[in-house]
Amino acid sequence: MNKEDLLSKMAKAVIDGDKEQAVSLAKEAVKKGLDLNDVIENGYIPGIKKVGQLWEQGEYFLPELITSGECMKAAMEVLQPELKKAHIAVKSLGKVVIGTVEGDIHDIGKNLVSSILSANGFDVIDLGADVKLEKFIATAEKEQADLICLSALLTTTMMGQKKLIELLKERKLYNWFKVMVGGAPVNQAWADSIGAHGYAENALTAVDAAKHLLKK
Amino acid sequence: MIPTKRPKLEFLSPALIKKIIAEALIVLEKQGVFVENQEAVRLFKNARMKVDDSSQRVHITPKLVEDSLSTTPAVIKLYDRSGEKEFVVGGDEVHFNPGSAAVTILDQNTKEQRRANTDDVVRFACLTDCLDNIHFQSTGLISSDVPEIIADSYRLYLGLMFSSKPIVTGTFRVAGFKPMHDMLMAVRGSEKNLAAKPLAIFDACPSPPLKWSNLTTQSLIDSARAGIPSELISMGMTGATSPVTIAGTLVQHVAENLCGLVICQLAKKGAPVIFGGSPSSFDLRKGTTPMGAIETMMIDAAYTQIGKHLRLPTHAYMGLSDAKVNDSQAGVETGLGAVLGALAGVNVISGPGMMDFESCQSLEKLVIDNEICGMAYRLIQGIAQRDEPIATHLFERFTPKMQFLSLPHTKKWYRQEHTFPKISDRDTYDYWVSLGRKSMADRAAEEVDRLLKTKPAPLPEESVLKELKKIMLADAKNNGVSKLPEIKG
Repeated sequence: MNKEDLLSKMAKAVIDGDKEQAVSLAKEAVKKGLDLNDVIENGYIPGIKKVGQLWEQGEYFLPELITSGECMKAAMEVLQPELKKAHIAVKSLGKVVIGTVEGDIHDIGKNLVSSILSANGFDVIDLGADVKLEKFIATAEKEQADLICLSALLTTTMMGQKKLIELLKERKLYNWFKVMVGGAPVNQAWADSIGAHGYAENALTAVDAAKHLLKK
Repeated sequence: MIPTKRPKLEFLSPALIKKIIAEALIVLEKQGVFVENQEAVRLFKNARMKVDDSSQRVHITPKLVEDSLSTTPAVIKLYDRSGEKEFVVGGDEVHFNPGSAAVTILDQNTKEQRRANTDDVVRFACLTDCLDNIHFQSTGLISSDVPEIIADSYRLYLGLMFSSKPIVTGTFRVAGFKPMHDMLMAVRGSEKNLAAKPLAIFDACPSPPLKWSNLTTQSLIDSARAGIPSELISMGMTGATSPVTIAGTLVQHVAENLCGLVICQLAKKGAPVIFGGSPSSFDLRKGTTPMGAIETMMIDAAYTQIGKHLRLPTHAYMGLSDAKVNDSQAGVETGLGAVLGALAGVNVISGPGMMDFESCQSLEKLVIDNEICGMAYRLIQGIAQRDEPIATHLFERFTPKMQFLSLPHTKKWYRQEHTFPKISDRDTYDYWVSLGRKSMADRAAEEVDRLLKTKPAPLPEESVLKELKKIMLADAKNNGVSKLPEIKG
């Protein structure tokens, strides 16, 4: 198989949501000693972009979106350690710390955003659900994150989003990280009122919003 | 007289009901449920259930479920604030109440959603009190002008003041139970009286799949001990947080609700429990939870049938819409839900007034929905024989000119056989034009104003009022809130 074939097969594996194929192609690329950043950029990323388009066109629904995201993730799990071994910087759109705030154990929405962000080239640290505000801040500081994403499904836990921003301001960290909020009861007005930098209504707009926020 | 048949909707065959329950029992025993509450875990251990301490996963045997079902009452009686009016929750009785815990209100003037405040909550409670087909009230709106920490007790406080109907409510924090329980006792005079004549239902939602959080589990335990009925609100989202097939979601629904029921019975044998829910046919395109989807209503009617099979009182979120304004969608979805819920014999139907995925309440919609509920009530009364013979005697003096308007038979029966809506349009076209070409929503808005202006707020007696205020102020103070909004009423 020549390189062009391999790259287009990678895209197809992501589009079809064929995880096994996505992983085996990644392994093949490693074995062949290909430029792995090139493989990611010209093989897998075009696949996930196409998935985004199919979503926009109403062809793909959430199950396809998530399955493709997981394919992407599985391939990255093969490629990234290799890049690291070779001391090649992994190209990333930015480092994101994401979680559902304290008191809230709902994480379906957050999982969607997390999966789609990482599929689109962000380096995502997913803290899970019911995450203490301190943990968001500590992780963001330690990992030198660019963006903190806070999800809340309950009206009662929305307050956690506000509190986190207050904490960041208190500790003079507000200008260090961008904060993006989301979740069923959250809207732009709420995001504005608490001083969040960004708000996303769904997983795909989250990608655009994150890209916009981290534009340097 | 031939007895009147109660029209009834049943989706599941007896074999399918049995299979769903059997699979739910397998899940409860094999996979178990995450119960994130220490006290409940202790109760399970005392009942000799297998508990994995590190993950707080509880494995429940079919025997314990069976024992718990045998001690759960099949019928609950609720009473209004006066303690005089009784409502039977069980059998095929149907009681509508507004959908609970909306964050926003659809502003009557701007037609836009905004956060609700004390004044809105008061108007909402007063309006609910006026509407005949809405049997219970609910703490349907969250007041944004008090800090979130006391949002649960504050909404109950206003509800108990401004409506005399039984109330569907729930806690937002573990510590919320005590002040809320105290308020209910203040109305009844004592804990014993409250348990004898329940005034409130407390909702408790498991977190799908198969998880009971600390807060909701504590609400089950506290309510069970206080004799307050717990409404189990399992809420799987098909394909997202529960299996994508309707039957698959029913398996999870039954497992989650049965776990809740077992917790209640372990806390106190005989505790009143309502087999309810708010599942949805998750929209895999939009990522939203449409309550107006026909599949959502099918899930509701089906688990209700299972609840009845288990001899339990039932509840569902039906008679609500995902529309953002009072348009055709609002009417269609609400109407379908109310009618299907009534036909299924759901005992407590929460929904009226609600729109936008359970997040918004509209006073105009509540008035429209009251009318829809009236139609549903008429529907389930069915068709009665009324007379013996039915009609042959009416035709004895038959002539081609015969009319029925002047017959005593007509005057005797017309108000029982037929209902007369208040705000649906039944005018001729020209008359409708002469009235200003108003839509149903326009007429509903006028009716809201008329009702709120003409009906005095049904306040409780002075001593109860004082006691309620004392409890609310103390709860506020304990949570660092020194001042509460002024109540106009």
